[in-house]
Amino acid sequence: MTTPHQDTTLFAPAGQALGARRAALLTTRHWVWAGVLAVAVVLPFVFQGFVVFQLTEVMIYGLAILGLNLLTGFNGQFSVGHGAFYGLGAYVTAILMQRYGVAYYWTVPAAGGVCFAVGALFGLPALRLQGLYLALATFALAVALPQLLKFHGLEDWTGGVQGIVVDQPDVPGFLPIDTDQWLYYFTLAVVLAMFAGAANLVKSRTGRAIMAIRDHPIAAAAMGVNEPLYKTLTFGVSALYTGVAGALGALAVQFVAPDSFSLFLSINFLVGLILGGMGSLPGCLFGGLFVLYVPNIAESVSRGLAGAIYGVIMLLVIFVMPSGAAGFTRLAFAYVSRWRNR
Amino acid sequence: MQLLLQQVMAGLANGAIYALVALAVVMIYQAIDHLNFAQGEMATFSAYVAWQLIAWGTPYWLAFVAVVILSFIGGVATERILFKPLHNASILANLVAFIALFSILNSGDGYLWDYTIKTFPSPFGTKPLFGSVLIDAHEAGMIGVTAVMLGLIYLFFRGTRLGLAMRAAAANPESARLVGIRVGWMTALGWGIAAAIGGVAGMLIAPIVFLDPNMMFGVLLYGFAGAVLGGLTSPAGAVLGGFAVGVIENLGGTFIPYFGRDLKLTIALLVIVAVLMVRPAGIFGRSVVSRV
Amino acid sequence: MKNLTRRTILTAAPALAFGSPLLATRSARAAKQYGPGVTDTEIKVGNTGPYSGPLSNASPIPISMAAYFKMINDEGGINGRKINFISYDDGYSPPKTVEMTRKLVESDQVLFTSGQLGTPTNSAIWHYMNEKKVPQLFVSTGATKWDDPKGHPWTMGFFVSYQAEGRIYAAYILQNKPDAKIGVLYQNDDFGKDYLKGLVDGLGDKAASMIKVKDSYETTDATVDSQIVELKAAGCDVLVTIAIPKFGAQAIRKVAEIAWKPLHILNGIASSVGVTLKPAGLENAKGIITDNSFKDATDPQWQNDAGYKWWVSFMDKYYPAGDKTDSQNVYGQSIAATTVQMLKQCGDELTRENVMKQAANLQDLELPMLLPGIAINTSPTNFAPIRQAQMRRFDGERYVPFGPVLTGAIG
Repeated sequence: MTTPHQDTTLFAPAGQALGARRAALLTTRHWVWAGVLAVAVVLPFVFQGFVVFQLTEVMIYGLAILGLNLLTGFNGQFSVGHGAFYGLGAYVTAILMQRYGVAYYWTVPAAGGVCFAVGALFGLPALRLQGLYLALATFALAVALPQLLKFHGLEDWTGGVQGIVVDQPDVPGFLPIDTDQWLYYFTLAVVLAMFAGAANLVKSRTGRAIMAIRDHPIAAAAMGVNEPLYKTLTFGVSALYTGVAGALGALAVQFVAPDSFSLFLSINFLVGLILGGMGSLPGCLFGGLFVLYVPNIAESVSRGLAGAIYGVIMLLVIFVMPSGAAGFTRLAFAYVSRWRNR
Repeated sequence: MQLLLQQVMAGLANGAIYALVALAVVMIYQAIDHLNFAQGEMATFSAYVAWQLIAWGTPYWLAFVAVVILSFIGGVATERILFKPLHNASILANLVAFIALFSILNSGDGYLWDYTIKTFPSPFGTKPLFGSVLIDAHEAGMIGVTAVMLGLIYLFFRGTRLGLAMRAAAANPESARLVGIRVGWMTALGWGIAAAIGGVAGMLIAPIVFLDPNMMFGVLLYGFAGAVLGGLTSPAGAVLGGFAVGVIENLGGTFIPYFGRDLKLTIALLVIVAVLMVRPAGIFGRSVVSRV
Repeated sequence: MKNLTRRTILTAAPALAFGSPLLATRSARAAKQYGPGVTDTEIKVGNTGPYSGPLSNASPIPISMAAYFKMINDEGGINGRKINFISYDDGYSPPKTVEMTRKLVESDQVLFTSGQLGTPTNSAIWHYMNEKKVPQLFVSTGATKWDDPKGHPWTMGFFVSYQAEGRIYAAYILQNKPDAKIGVLYQNDDFGKDYLKGLVDGLGDKAASMIKVKDSYETTDATVDSQIVELKAAGCDVLVTIAIPKFGAQAIRKVAEIAWKPLHILNGIASSVGVTLKPAGLENAKGIITDNSFKDATDPQWQNDAGYKWWVSFMDKYYPAGDKTDSQNVYGQSIAATTVQMLKQCGDELTRENVMKQAANLQDLELPMLLPGIAINTSPTNFAPIRQAQMRRFDGERYVPFGPVLTGAIG
């Protein structure tokens, strides 16, 4: 633990406005993140191929859940359909790479762009819908996507039911690492950048407006917040994030097919979001971890009842942590600091 | 013309299935303000229990009544055990519990009764109704049962004190408590009734679609759609919505060229979303006006 | 090695009993060569399947495989080695299949995989397995693409390909009802579309004129009643149904309900007497034409058949909770038995290369539950172990075979 007075100089403006104690916590948090980052960078050398692949997927799911978080956690718009944006992003990558020969790193922003447009377009009519009715509309999206992907009229592009095999991205020649590790770092870089962007967004005026719409829409409107604009933009940005995750997913798995993007994917994202903690950025990673690893754990307990065990674990987690892992951590920290202050 | 009529009838027949499920969905929604994702699995489980009883030699109607009662008890128990602790948690925490319940029941069904399809007897028989090829006795029976249940629910809610208490508890829990209504038990009661309706739905749907663990998943999608289309605050609306979804889907699939056949589900959902644009609370739903 | 002969015969009893010559390509003096996952006492075999998720009804296939391997292990294993069958759930989700298969190959270090289930799922790992040179054997799907020794030398299918079956139906129609008006009901996924392609290809340039309506359904549909009504209204007199049992049963029943009497051709998977026809109504199913490679466990004609009786006793002992009316338990056991034969042929040279070589060297392997006259054959240019099917017609009680055993050749 660093001592308070060191840091007032490092974070001078904030440090002066806040108490010394608060400044210390800021630094601790920064140290913690630095530590996590260091571990993340080293991991691909500690573990072998497929574990690196799993960790890459954890980051990808975490990013997808972050997208959902922006919409549902921060803006209060209920979506059960983000699997559709994930799938859309994945297909954009696959189609651009395999049909048009675009290099893989350009497909990622392309996927983001397409999903932003689709998301914003969807967000427009969604303005009229509230709560569960919006949920149904997004749910319609999630259910419709596999059907559209299989549609024979689009088969030339989408590969229909057979899907598209995506070529492996090449490791830049000068780096002495293998494809798994390269994909891991590529994903890590993209995910970090996007998380930083989200953190910035949340702290900004726009972020506050977005959250105000969630908490008190009428008051926010009364204060001059342009509700339709922000809600639509948030939908777009949210779709962008999940779409980028989908693009990264296509690169990691190297295959896209309609069966990869069923309604269950959307439900998984939602479960991951809730268990990670709504409105929490680090919670998204917990959500990603949960969605990837807990089904494996459930299966190792009992294969015939894997689904049931997964459900039981979900219940246990939600009972113990009704506000998700982030809420739980906050509570834990509160207890700890109260205990220390007694 | 003949084709149109046949498709409409087929749509109504399917729609009866969706309407039953939509009714159960709206029932629970009225009681607890949440959509129950696990409604379909609960219905499937009830149907399996009924199947098992019949396989052990129980006469059909005895098994039917037994399962309705057992479903009711099961619904109440589920609420008290699983959802009461989450009462104060957010909507989405409850959602996770629903999803977990779905997972548990679905997996359990397959484990206990494995995955081959099973036939389920119909109390109405399967002969064509009055010799017509448009609709058979069972489908007509289903529509009849749906209407009867709707009537019973209407009577319950509007004509009994208990029904009134339930409506009060759902509409305004705090005030309801103040007048002495035990809101917790009203919620449990709502679950029980919804589970019972679900059980009836499961037992009536199984003869048509055959009993297997994934029997209700697709049906639930359509049931939700129907409930939302009709309006989540209106049981009658939900039933009509269910029928509408069935007919729309069939007609869309048959008559829309090129896209229709492969995109039936998409088209049906598109129609529903379009309707929601015009009437955001469903056709018969009541819009909630909030005070500043 | 001394006990080899006796053990080999014991474990090969089922196969031997049905006249399959045991081809031992190993010489007694071959040195032991081990690939990954092999020791003197164990061979690791990997597998993935849909134990959960939308296709969980197919889980009996890997489960019955495991049961068969257990039986083999109880009888002493293969050449003294027990089979360690490691099977993971992939929930029929391709990304999960990739994850689990990589785990099998990289962490569990299996020698090869057998009977992995599903077309999109196997498609997702197709490239990986061939790149890593890990045998991806006897994939549990009928997709045609697995028979590709040149492009994907490490992947091998198992069942008669869907396209081949479609061609068989087309040939039948052309022969028996050349002026037919065909209506097709198919499942809207790779399984249904592959069949459809076979049917269309088999009809050649008459396809466009003969096929009047093609109607699809999704597995999330409640019923297929609407599609059947439409197909009848279009004036079709031949109905080809390509479905899974549940929807096949619904189709048969609806056809009877609307008093339609087409020539009804049903795909093999949905043709089981107990699973599909009985729920649909045996009377309604009279006249249905299908093709099979395997014996239908619910067809009364096999009651006294030795192979069937063996299979029943196997199920009773090793998978008593299994549903004997579910033909998937036949498929799983057959895949496992083929795997065992292949391993026996490897002898002590248990490398991945030799596994692939022996897998491509199965000759006239008869299994207890294959129809008489049908055997498993592979060669370096033929990666479709089962190519033959027998056409049969349902007479209200059982399937009556007609015509010769057909080979559904592709291309």
